[in-house]
Amino acid sequence: MTLYINNVEIEDTYAEAFKMWGARVIITAKNRKWAYEAATRMTGFATSVIGCKCEAGIEGEVEDTPDGRPGVSVLLFTPSKDDMPKRLMERIGQTIMTCPTTACFNGLTAPDKLSIGGQLRYFGDGYQISKMIDGRRFWRIPVMEGEFLIEDKFGMQRSVGGGNFLILGENPDVTLDACERAVEAMKQVRGAILPFPGGIVRSGSKTRSQYKFMIASTNDAYCPTLRGVVDTALPEGVNCVLEIVIDGLDVNAVEEVTRVGILAACIPGIRRISAGNYGGSLGQFKIDLCRVLGEEATA
Amino acid sequence: MTTLKLNLQSILPLEAEAINPDRFLEKTDTQIAHLPVVFGKDPGELGDFFTVVNDESPDIRIEGDAANVKNIGAGMTRGRIRIEGNAGMHLGAGMRGGEIEVMGDAGDWAGAELAGGLMRIHGNAGIGLGAGYRGSRRGMTRGRIIVDGNAGDEVGNLMRRGLIAIGGDSGELTGSFMIAGTVIVFGQLGPRPGPGMKRGTLVTFHAVELLPTYRYDCRYQPGFLRLALQSLRSQGVSIRDEYFTGSYQRYSGDFAALGKGEILVYDQH
Repeated sequence: MTLYINNVEIEDTYAEAFKMWGARVIITAKNRKWAYEAATRMTGFATSVIGCKCEAGIEGEVEDTPDGRPGVSVLLFTPSKDDMPKRLMERIGQTIMTCPTTACFNGLTAPDKLSIGGQLRYFGDGYQISKMIDGRRFWRIPVMEGEFLIEDKFGMQRSVGGGNFLILGENPDVTLDACERAVEAMKQVRGAILPFPGGIVRSGSKTRSQYKFMIASTNDAYCPTLRGVVDTALPEGVNCVLEIVIDGLDVNAVEEVTRVGILAACIPGIRRISAGNYGGSLGQFKIDLCRVLGEEATA
Repeated sequence: MTTLKLNLQSILPLEAEAINPDRFLEKTDTQIAHLPVVFGKDPGELGDFFTVVNDESPDIRIEGDAANVKNIGAGMTRGRIRIEGNAGMHLGAGMRGGEIEVMGDAGDWAGAELAGGLMRIHGNAGIGLGAGYRGSRRGMTRGRIIVDGNAGDEVGNLMRRGLIAIGGDSGELTGSFMIAGTVIVFGQLGPRPGPGMKRGTLVTFHAVELLPTYRYDCRYQPGFLRLALQSLRSQGVSIRDEYFTGSYQRYSGDFAALGKGEILVYDQH
């Protein structure tokens, strides 16, 4: 049975998502400008684990920060447990510690703890100072501006990466408009991020290629220019497809973000909402679009 | 909560380590009343000096002026003691957990060698607050002491870790021989602060004359202090907003020792 929202077809399919590891970093600064500056740099070039080793995004602003200053929350995901400390060290060390006025705190209560401040402290060359406040250890690292304050340990938990849905539109303008509306709505949900530029992907991939040295290549079934060349997945009238990829701290967050995103994306000019999967053989999570939407969709 | 009503009126001290939530656990009124104490030089029982009303809770409330009752809560690991009046010497000495609240003053060596938990004194504290005993290598090693009033000499002597906050003034030699930890004095920091300090932080909000073995570093905004002040404010300590956002003069020392300690002086300009 085919479901519809605002006359947009919801394909009876699912997004195939994968196990990842997630961490939450709270960045505070003198003002919002510098907190966002650091957060933007930290989440730069972190769209896909395929090429960037991690996926990251800004989760949102934080009202009640540990030091009472303006703060931004960042989520970072890695495919393996061992990758997480490396990626956090690189990114916090190069983008937050270097950014004026910032401080960096753990934002995740999880049994798995990583020593991040405890490693970055060595930058202090023996002049670093430890402080225990309310049972949490912090490191004060002397820098040319004054001091960089960072929490000793950061939590890490099992997470979900690669949630997604595809928006199939009549033309690029309306498809992008639908995506932007979806992203705006999805940003309101905590516990998940959209790692791609503006939350949107135009170059979705498949997991094979005619070239042996490529592990992924363009998702030809959804390329409008290849409609007449390949076994296309595009219905008649569709001339543009954009994808929204979701990483979340748990499957509930990914499902909720998927739900609000699809609801916001169903506008006139959009023909179909679909999702990317690999036949269920690769991912550990199946995010069924119709199940996630529940009663919001009509037959 | 178990209530102890003090019936003692004497200048002789009563040594009452027995007043400890750990030792009250699963005891009846009678068993608690038979716990040993020392009055002057003579052994006695808690019931000789207190009326015990027990509701089988390990938490303890003391009514009456206990200024001559020593060692209350010493070594405790859990539970809560609330003292409606004053408390005698060695209050919570070596305690490892739980909470002690004193509505009046506390005697000398309150929280000496404290290793965990929270001590809140609404009045004044005597000498040796959170300090190490003579001959010891360590003072307070963890936990938190908050005094609303003044404190005597040698606050935080040999302190290794933890936080002491004093709403009023501190006496001489505050933070002497500190190994680490933080002492914040909202009133006047006493003369000759931080002698022999290896590491650790003394914070003051008023001008103070420092020892010549301290060197000026800079004027800046220490981020960690915001966290410490925020944490104290969440525990009901009244702190002016400008202390969070203001700048502090940093002095390093004591260079007669390791010299990795610091005194932060709030910059009023």
